[in-house]
Amino acid sequence: MNKDIYVIVEQRDGVIQKIGMELIGEATKLAADLDEQVVAVLMGKGIADQAETLCQYGASRVIVIDHPVLEHYTTEPYAKAVHYVISTYSPNIVLFGASSIGRDLAPRVAGRVHTGLTADCTGLAIDPETKLLMMTRPAFGGNIMATIVCKNYRPQMATVRPGVMQMPAKDAARKGEILRVDAGLSMSDMNVKLMQVVHDDKKVVDITEAKILVSGGRGVGGSEGYQPLRELAAVLGGEVSSSRIGVDSGWIEKNRQVGQTGKTVRPDLYIACGISGAIQHLAGMEDSEFILAINTDVNCPMMKLADLGIVGDLKKIVPKLTEAIKAYKENQRV
Amino acid sequence: MKIVVCIKQVPDTAEVKLDPKTNTLIREGVPSIINHDDKAGLETALQLREQHGGTVTVVCMGPPQADVALREALAMGADEAYLISGREFGGSDTYATATIIGAALKKIGYDLVITGRQAIDGDTAQVGPQIAEQLKIPQVSYAEEIRVEGSYVIVKRQFEDQAHVLKVQMPCLVTALTELAEPRYMHAGGIVDAYQQTIKVLGFEDLKGLLNPEWIGINGSPTNVAKSFTKQAKGEGKILPGLSVDEAVAAIMETLIERHII
Repeated sequence: MNKDIYVIVEQRDGVIQKIGMELIGEATKLAADLDEQVVAVLMGKGIADQAETLCQYGASRVIVIDHPVLEHYTTEPYAKAVHYVISTYSPNIVLFGASSIGRDLAPRVAGRVHTGLTADCTGLAIDPETKLLMMTRPAFGGNIMATIVCKNYRPQMATVRPGVMQMPAKDAARKGEILRVDAGLSMSDMNVKLMQVVHDDKKVVDITEAKILVSGGRGVGGSEGYQPLRELAAVLGGEVSSSRIGVDSGWIEKNRQVGQTGKTVRPDLYIACGISGAIQHLAGMEDSEFILAINTDVNCPMMKLADLGIVGDLKKIVPKLTEAIKAYKENQRV
Repeated sequence: MKIVVCIKQVPDTAEVKLDPKTNTLIREGVPSIINHDDKAGLETALQLREQHGGTVTVVCMGPPQADVALREALAMGADEAYLISGREFGGSDTYATATIIGAALKKIGYDLVITGRQAIDGDTAQVGPQIAEQLKIPQVSYAEEIRVEGSYVIVKRQFEDQAHVLKVQMPCLVTALTELAEPRYMHAGGIVDAYQQTIKVLGFEDLKGLLNPEWIGINGSPTNVAKSFTKQAKGEGKILPGLSVDEAVAAIMETLIERHII
């Protein structure tokens, strides 16, 4: 009998990634509907001492696989470790982050255990009657939503994009069971050789972490058009992001792209400047708390989505808005 | 070196528009194209052949109309093309699709398999790694550079804010990003030749000895679509047309203050 919800926690360079906690938070809700428990699986080298944190976020148990071959992510040792966990403990559900790690690992594991896998879920729920995991994901560029089920195979597996589920609260008093297991790994499991880790030279920004995003699209007109947006983001304490056109045209770095081929964001405030709102873009930002659109086209899809739509020229409005915010803040200080 | 590139024929989702009244997709008249990531993979395969010799085979699973995608690949310079097609394959999810393509690759033979990272209609990025698992060969996904050195492939793999350079021995599978290479155009002679070449069709009968027939098609797929729906529009926002710049700024300021953003 398969039971419990397992979360494959992601770490990079020994740092647990936010997506792991987001998944534990979501798994906790599902586990309540199933009367099952949340088990976190933490893999890496020298990471065992971080297991407790996962209990503080809601895991009842943490399975730790600590081995030198897991220092950097490569497919086979991680797939072998997760496969070991699944075949040993028979989970009901296994959740992965839809990151460059999870999207590489999860299909490999699903293939090995012969079960279903649903990619990039934006909603998870338990059907009250069948107790099946209802996995909802966008298809066709985000406009059609499909709910997928995996009836006859276990575990039910899904990847979830970072930033889609909410972070649970941390409770420092919460404790859980920590179980160190030897998954039978050896250095010879590594069937690829990691020759080099290249770090991006540019200042690394994670737009999914930003509370406020000032985002530019076709309407900004070019790389210099992002400068007023940067200034607005700076006075608001936010970051600049972009629709696909800005990245494809080389106006701004790829890691600032919002949308289906970029990142999914849900900031408190999303200011869409000159973004008409292709469905692929909307799929990446529509869950933002408050959407302000500035666009000359009153009929564009972004205007329809926006909580506040300002019809006008962003090139005139944005610099004046920056000045107004500066002046307001100056006044507040006195 | 035998390079096999797996391609998918997809609707050009960039051309997909919404019906403003019904909020549903307008699919009529949307052209079919070779998926972008796959086409970049094909371009790289052709370049590797130019540098190191060998052959480039393209395979595509789909209905008979997917023949067009394979002709385009031949016109770009691929040596041979296989269409994997049969009604037994219909409705396959990613696991079942990988089972079928895996069986086809076992029949065709390969040193290096290149697939796209993901298809623009489904966006799962699962079929590549699942084919590699079927074939029990190493995979490297999200390739932004591919080099060949002897029997090894060296891949620069995108890893969010980092890149990993990995060395892997063939046979192996690599999934390609669109950024990997700018696809060449078909040349006129190539197009003519492409329509004179035979596209080999692999059906269920050709592959049944290499796969478990219970594990393919709609009935053999572990996952099924329970329902699909168009997204519900959220509550109506406020649209303010016809404001002067100062009025627009004032309206935004009011909102920012009201919502305690500043």
